[in-house]
Amino acid sequence: MRITEEEVRRVAELSNLALTDEEITRMAKDMSGVLTHVDKLNELDTTGVEPMSQVLFAAEENATLREDRERPPLSNADAVANAPVAGGGYFKVPKVIERS
Amino acid sequence: MTGPLANHTIDSIRSGLKAKQFSAEELTRAALAFAEAENPKTNAYITIASERALAAAKAVDAKLAAGENPGPLAGVPIGVKDVIVTRGLRTTCASRMLANYIPPYDATAIIRLEQAGGIIIGKTNCDEFAMGSSSENSAFGPVRNPVALDRVPGGSSGGSAAVVAQGTATLSLGSDTGGSIRQPASFCGVTGVTPTYGRVSRYGLTAFASSLDHIGPFARTVRDSAGLLQVIAGRDELDSTSAVAPVPDYVSALDGQVRGKKIGLPKQYFEGLASETGDLIMKAVDVLQNLGCQVSEVDLPHTQYAVPCYYVIATAEASSNLARYDGVRYTTRASSATTLADMYRVTRDEGFGAECKRRIMLGTYVLSSGYYDAYYVKAQKVRALVTQDYAKALDQVDAIVGPVSPFPAFKLGEMVNDPVAMYLSDIYTITGDLAGIPCMSVPCGNTAEGLPVGLQIFTRHFNEVEMFRLADAYEKSRSE
Repeated sequence: MRITEEEVRRVAELSNLALTDEEITRMAKDMSGVLTHVDKLNELDTTGVEPMSQVLFAAEENATLREDRERPPLSNADAVANAPVAGGGYFKVPKVIERS
Repeated sequence: MTGPLANHTIDSIRSGLKAKQFSAEELTRAALAFAEAENPKTNAYITIASERALAAAKAVDAKLAAGENPGPLAGVPIGVKDVIVTRGLRTTCASRMLANYIPPYDATAIIRLEQAGGIIIGKTNCDEFAMGSSSENSAFGPVRNPVALDRVPGGSSGGSAAVVAQGTATLSLGSDTGGSIRQPASFCGVTGVTPTYGRVSRYGLTAFASSLDHIGPFARTVRDSAGLLQVIAGRDELDSTSAVAPVPDYVSALDGQVRGKKIGLPKQYFEGLASETGDLIMKAVDVLQNLGCQVSEVDLPHTQYAVPCYYVIATAEASSNLARYDGVRYTTRASSATTLADMYRVTRDEGFGAECKRRIMLGTYVLSSGYYDAYYVKAQKVRALVTQDYAKALDQVDAIVGPVSPFPAFKLGEMVNDPVAMYLSDIYTITGDLAGIPCMSVPCGNTAEGLPVGLQIFTRHFNEVEMFRLADAYEKSRSE
């Protein structure tokens, strides 16, 4: 599977990655290489095979449920401590809607 | 190996403390000083946690003085991969994105380890967000293999393997998604264990590919790796994917009783194997045979599809898990961004390294409209086939053995420009993660150049006991 630079730009938009022109050229080459290898999966007939999304083990129905009880939450100060910009106990982001 | 921990195991530290040959504080101070002195050679630690380590050591000494039980890992110096969060102790995931991240909580494995008296010496270097096979993809510089400093230690848990091999820790924790514990263990000549999926809580493990991520131990002996797993294994209500199955006593199961055990050799694991690696694996199989194991061939016909299958599933999950690093909550935001959209896009471009971006892009692509069925669902079906291969083979035998990696440690820089070649080097380890079965690497000798090679052992789900028993019997028989 060859990926064009145009497709790389579209996927970069979906990924929220502002790639440079050099990164886009390199990415098109690398993604094409990996996806060509991935095409090998098409050699296999998987008709009727159930897709596996997780390793599951037999357990009683409620075995993974915990008791519903109050626990101390993360404090507001701890929650925003790693924010690049915070204020008044909130995460701050650039203005989304301009006031007229 | 030299230094204050060269001859120490969990047991020797326990008896040394009991006999008052040293205090936990003395051993910890010596270990910290040695780690500070040795670290420039390998760059295996990102952060050395002197304050936390000394506080933990003093707590162990206080318990001993009061006649209380200080715990099964009392005074044992432990390295922790820097993708496992530690409250108040910087946890970087080897990424620029989290270079200053101070977690507000401890991972469950960390809580259990410290409650058992373990001493966290520092946070170990690795591939960024655990993505890589060489520990070269780190924003803090590559890790070097202590056995041969011009070579990689493997990855992604390269730092955790290196600190145990270098003697700057007795044990360490790593994480494994496609071989990230076993491959570095094999490259550095130590023991590395990937337990059954769900055996160890992932609460506090920075998510890479959630259906494949495991936490597991590194140690210099099988007995010590069993001892560390004992402490961290078991149900955790903070991780709904952690298994409810009871945890057996791993250490007391090391009784050497392996006569009559059936061992399977997968023929697919010996095609295209570097000859020296193949020779060492076959020598190990001879040792097992001499111990009375019955060796036969088993068939894992979908092995060649495991790598492409993995690179669809793992990248799809990674692209979702890494979406949270958006410039809002986790320390880093591009200073140039003035709009919300630019804040996301530029922060992510500046914060992530090349391999993370490659995987985010691949994952987004395979999940995108029009490709989801062709790639993602197809890969999930192939994952079912790989898993069935193991189930069928492990119906016939008690354990499967083979190589960990097709070749020993390669030189720094040798593979960085060829992502497909790097990905293919994980061919023998990825299968175990896809199937979720327990597997480990145990040292089985060195090449003529002195590079370590690891023997891999796989057993059935939750049968770590059988895996440890076989590895321990092999290790003892080899060293005799």
